[in-house]
Amino acid sequence: MDLIANHISHHFGDLAVLDDVSFTVGAGEVVAIVGPSGCGKSTLLSILGGLLLPTSGSPELRGAPPADSLNPLTFVFQDFALLPWATVEENVEFPLLHTQLSATQRRALVEDALRRTGLTDFRKTYPKQLSGGMRQRVGISRALAVKPAILLMDEPLSALDSQTRELLMEDFVRLLADGGMGAVYVTHNLEEAARLADRIVVLSRRPGRIREVVAVPMTRTERGDIAAREQLLALQNQIWSLIRNEAIDAEREVQHA
Amino acid sequence: MLDRATETSADETTRRVRFRGAGFVPASSRFGGWIALALVIAIWQAAGSARLVNPLFLPAPSAIVRAIYELAMSGALWQHLSASLLRIGVGWLLGTAAGVVVGFAIGLSRLARSVGITFISALFPIPKIALLPLLILWLGIGEEPKIATIALGVFFSTAISVYSGVDAVPRNLIRMAQSFNVPFATIVRKVVWPGALPAVLAGFRITASVALLLVVSAEMIGAQFGIGAFVLQAGNLMQTDQLLAGVVILSVFGLAVGKVIGWLEVRLLHWR
Repeated sequence: MDLIANHISHHFGDLAVLDDVSFTVGAGEVVAIVGPSGCGKSTLLSILGGLLLPTSGSPELRGAPPADSLNPLTFVFQDFALLPWATVEENVEFPLLHTQLSATQRRALVEDALRRTGLTDFRKTYPKQLSGGMRQRVGISRALAVKPAILLMDEPLSALDSQTRELLMEDFVRLLADGGMGAVYVTHNLEEAARLADRIVVLSRRPGRIREVVAVPMTRTERGDIAAREQLLALQNQIWSLIRNEAIDAEREVQHA
Repeated sequence: MLDRATETSADETTRRVRFRGAGFVPASSRFGGWIALALVIAIWQAAGSARLVNPLFLPAPSAIVRAIYELAMSGALWQHLSASLLRIGVGWLLGTAAGVVVGFAIGLSRLARSVGITFISALFPIPKIALLPLLILWLGIGEEPKIATIALGVFFSTAISVYSGVDAVPRNLIRMAQSFNVPFATIVRKVVWPGALPAVLAGFRITASVALLLVVSAEMIGAQFGIGAFVLQAGNLMQTDQLLAGVVILSVFGLAVGKVIGWLEVRLLHWR
């Protein structure tokens, strides 16, 4: 199943946020969206996932999702969005409650999702008892439970410290390698983009337009090697040079606002 | 280089950095309050026993305890208390049920919000006891107008705390549920209701005291039985020990309700 951004533009009142953005995420492909702050990255993701109606253009799907997918487009949120009154396993089971699945089938899905994110021993704990990294693992586990075709990840690591970020990034590499799952990965962190994405969509400053689409010329497994580090850094620098001036302007604009 | 930190030059002595972070974190001691209460009662009792205070104006604690004991023995206590409890119980339940339904409607529907908030803003400031004479005209002189007064008082506070609670449910949780195609009713049941529960329970604390205030006022205006009627009667007959016995019973009732709500909060909001 492909996800297509078809000439998407969006305004918040008089403020133009996105301007004619079009691209396609192929089945199993990971596309990162980067750009200066306020360029409409998160807005674009909300539109792609059907949580926000664009002013014009539309998000579209092509082809059938995998037969066992319960929620083909599944979000992973920056703030985790966990129910604080529910335990880890209740949070993971939450999106399954309204489905036709039997209790046994639900339990099996929850079990598998918890295992894949290393949360099996934490099933009975509450979100407030967990560290930020573990909370986001619950968010990822919940997303995996519904067997998504495409993960929509909205700065999933930006609320975490750098060490936790590094560990979770390794988890992402593993998860994206074994499931045939695609992803749209919104981030302001170029290292994350270069490490995880097959292609990087670089947006301009507000209103966000596509400036460039950069392909990452290595498999995700190869990128873990020390040898690849230099090449990835060069790629990050290339992207940074594209957005640096606009990032400065964007920052000044925020300060004047 | 680190060693330099402990070195002192010949002409300079070291001095400690003054601690200036004290205060502003009052911790309540466990027994302090009880000791203070016991002390006040002891002084009050001593003043009464030494005849420093006229018992007609302020009877000693022992006299109040005796009055409560006699009331309990004669059965009068239960007669008055049960009458009040019935009015509070039925009035509070009716007002709470209606308030929760209307509060949720205002919190979730645009139409209910625009209509509901206008009416609530207009009617909430009215002291509900002022409506008792009208309610007596409408409903007769039985229990109904008293119960209706309490229900009205409870209704408005509940509706306001419920819709504020619904408004305070984090939007990101609702968006999360929508992103998993969770149906409206399940979002209300599994996200909005538990999210609003802290505000709803906080509202219960307020409505419990509103109900107590209104039952006493209503009983003072027109009732044969009930703690309010009893207190008024005792005042008219200058039986201050009985009067204060009634006041103590009201205080104990208020405390008991507070404890029950506190217990509910611990049970239902343990995740906070």
